[in-house]
Amino acid sequence: MKINDVILRTVTKTIVFIILTLGIYLFFAGHHAPGGGFIGGLVLASGIVLLYLAYDIETVHKGMPFDFKKVAALGVLLATGTAIGSLFFDVPFLSQAHSYINVPIFGEMSFSTVTLFEAGVALTVVGVVVTIILSISEDE
Amino acid sequence: MVTVLIAILLPFICAALIPLLYRRLRRITHLGWFVLSVPFILFLLLARYIPQIAEGKTFIHTYEWVPSFNINFSTYLDGLSMIFGLLITGVGSLVILYSIFYLSTKESLHHFYCYLLLFMGAMLGVVFSDNLMVLYTFWELTSVSSFLLIAFWHHRKASRAGARKAMTITVFGGLSMLAGFLMLYVASGTFSIREIIANVEVIRDHTLFIPALILILIGAFTKSAQFPFHIWLPDAMEAPTPVSAYLHSATMVKAGIYLVARFSPVFGGEAVWFWLVSVIGLITLFWGSFNAVRQTDLKALLAFSTVSQLGLIMCLFGLGSVGHYYGYAENSILYTQASFAALFHLINHSTFKGALFMMVGIVDHEVGTRDIRRLGGLMALMPVTFTIAVIGSFSMAGLPPFNGFLSKEMFFAAVLAIRHVEAFSITDLGLLFPIVAWVASIFTFVYSMILISRTFFGKLQPEKMDKKPHEAPLGMLLSPIILCVFVVGIFFFPNVLGHYILEPAMASIYPTFPSTSELTPHIHAWHGINAELLMTLGVIIIGIFLFKTLNSWKPVYRIFSQRYAFNTYYNRMLEFSENSSTKLTNRYMTGNLTHYFVYIYVFFVALIAGYFIWSDTIAFDFAKDSTIESYELILVFVMMFAAVWMIFAKGRVTAMLLNGVLGYSIAFFFVIFRAPDLALTQLVVESVTTALFLLCFKYLPDLMPDASHKKVQWSKAVISIFVGATVTLVGLAVVHFDRFEPVSTYFNDSYELAGGSNVVNTILGDFRAFDTMLEVVVLLIAGLGVYTLTKLKPRKGETDHEN
Repeated sequence: MKINDVILRTVTKTIVFIILTLGIYLFFAGHHAPGGGFIGGLVLASGIVLLYLAYDIETVHKGMPFDFKKVAALGVLLATGTAIGSLFFDVPFLSQAHSYINVPIFGEMSFSTVTLFEAGVALTVVGVVVTIILSISEDE
Repeated sequence: MVTVLIAILLPFICAALIPLLYRRLRRITHLGWFVLSVPFILFLLLARYIPQIAEGKTFIHTYEWVPSFNINFSTYLDGLSMIFGLLITGVGSLVILYSIFYLSTKESLHHFYCYLLLFMGAMLGVVFSDNLMVLYTFWELTSVSSFLLIAFWHHRKASRAGARKAMTITVFGGLSMLAGFLMLYVASGTFSIREIIANVEVIRDHTLFIPALILILIGAFTKSAQFPFHIWLPDAMEAPTPVSAYLHSATMVKAGIYLVARFSPVFGGEAVWFWLVSVIGLITLFWGSFNAVRQTDLKALLAFSTVSQLGLIMCLFGLGSVGHYYGYAENSILYTQASFAALFHLINHSTFKGALFMMVGIVDHEVGTRDIRRLGGLMALMPVTFTIAVIGSFSMAGLPPFNGFLSKEMFFAAVLAIRHVEAFSITDLGLLFPIVAWVASIFTFVYSMILISRTFFGKLQPEKMDKKPHEAPLGMLLSPIILCVFVVGIFFFPNVLGHYILEPAMASIYPTFPSTSELTPHIHAWHGINAELLMTLGVIIIGIFLFKTLNSWKPVYRIFSQRYAFNTYYNRMLEFSENSSTKLTNRYMTGNLTHYFVYIYVFFVALIAGYFIWSDTIAFDFAKDSTIESYELILVFVMMFAAVWMIFAKGRVTAMLLNGVLGYSIAFFFVIFRAPDLALTQLVVESVTTALFLLCFKYLPDLMPDASHKKVQWSKAVISIFVGATVTLVGLAVVHFDRFEPVSTYFNDSYELAGGSNVVNTILGDFRAFDTMLEVVVLLIAGLGVYTLTKLKPRKGETDHEN
């Protein structure tokens, strides 16, 4: 039986961008407002999962040729890497640094190494969620 | 001291690079040339510090790691770690050079060198770490990398069995060592070895001192293959020969010896330490040499000989600990020279045993067998290999003009001196030391002769050999030749080594002694006719006699089927633990999800409710609570309705959607109570889990009505009610709970210390980032677990990969 999913596909096309933008916004907002790596990653993952639901695996894979296992591994590497990295600056394991820098147009912005750590979290979440959903759905 | 940090990290970094680079490097050249540069550079880097170390300097640097738990990455370079550092990098360079010619490019070289570099980094970490926890981590990492290397040819059953045996025994020892370290921490309040040594007077009276001593010794004995844990070493010979030469004769098995030497200043004055280390060492010395004689496989013979020589070094450190008992005195050199001999023999053993292992590898490589029943008459065909064998074996047997002679003589001097010690209630037992040592040396002589004569003399048996024997290529001969140069060179110039390398190491073993130059005897090859020389002569004469009459007394070994008894015992233990754990696991892992939920919830109720009742912290005070609004009540009723309906739902999808109602309602509550972070997370998690559930339901049969017995149903109901009651109770009681530090400090700290105004996220990403980091790792492992379980299971009809 062929399901008529024209509506789903059309809606997805627009909505996915909103979801992905929201995910990225949440990721960066995390330092001062609700959001953060975990939730940002989860939103991104749900957007990607929605794509997989609306289209099929091959089509999505053409657009996003990532191996999501590697994305997850990259995330863990980033999270543990920033942790180990602090050793090279002669500070305890997992120390984070932050500062405020004046950027033209945007004004004063805060920069922090936590962002890198959180990026690791986000990538892991995206990678793992998509890997799990894909492997279960592909399993025959 | 950046050098030491580089020394530890460089192998790991290169090991990480190999998988990325090997495809490109493979086309250019053998991967080994790239890897060879690592130990070679490190060797040169370390060697630059020899003059400063010889002057008595030490280098320490602390990188704070987890300072709140006293775990710091402290590197410490002194005389003792210098010896090991040079051995690891020096022998490492030679072994890698050798392996380039030994392993063909068809083997999976990237795995091999990756493991080898892992091992090298771990081993350097063991000897350069001052912090016990870091040392332990590296210690276990050497076990793991040794496991991987032994099982390198994992298609062979014997390799896998040998690897597992080595892993089981050494990790068991490592765990007991960890317990010992923790006891030392309790006694001393520090993980730093130097601080423990400085506070040894205080620690000595602690009740945990002796248990810690014994546990740490178990760790050292298992790693250094001491009796009765020696059984793993002969089986580990399934590894490729470069690995045997490197890990199982020159470096890893000496980690236990390193530990004993390092902890001598702490435990040295104890009678238990003296007896355990020296007697176990002595038994190992005898048992190893006695069993080496009966071996027919050249590598097995060398394995037992390594066991025996490790026992010798261990025994010497035990004898040397008498020096700690007496402290600094006029004639303390009488006892401290045992430790000196131990260090000296440690180096000598690495040189001649490394050369011998490589020699056996060459024979195996060029002839196709290493069974002495099939070998013979190779002298004319492989003259260089023969020379290497003679130099190595004569040094092992303790003959001049090779370095083994010097250390063997010093060993005899040390065991003779122990007769005069009036401590540790030695008395007449002291006489046993020279006797057993002498008998063991005779056997050492005999197996050394067997090694040469059965391989190189006698008649050539080409029909029993797989290949036509011929001399090995120069590259393969180069490493053992360099080692042989050391074997001879150390004999002629022993005091160079003594002054620059051994003397500072003696200072590390006897830190309380004011001057180390007095501890360092001047090594003479000839010191007149004395008891030691007569003992050596006796060894040669009786050794030759026993070797000639080998066939007539060999049946003696039939009485001693002990070696197999230890192995049988080990196998039986393994089988028993496997069977009983299978039985136990099968009893509770029924495959029924309901059962698992029962375990989880019963445990949850017992633990949480149990704690609150036990600690008497259940206290309610509704007076201060805010008023309940009507919309909150509505939400609660919606949730209750959904929860109750779920129990009676007919289809899975209905139940799932009702569960979603519950989840989204909770999110609403979060919004009402102004927790936008939680609300957001709850909403997204709920959506994703709902999608996941719907996916999974595709594979499940329709929901069947619960057909279980009434009693079972009631018990389920009771458990559910208890769980609900517990959660409610905890929710109410937690308002007044004051057993933990309040988290309100985070409100101020988050902006000032972490520079973020989102308190939740600064806690997650900064204050408690360790938890988050490990959670991320766990998440990845779970994801990979799901992937491997669903994707990589064998297809129907395919056989299991394991055989």
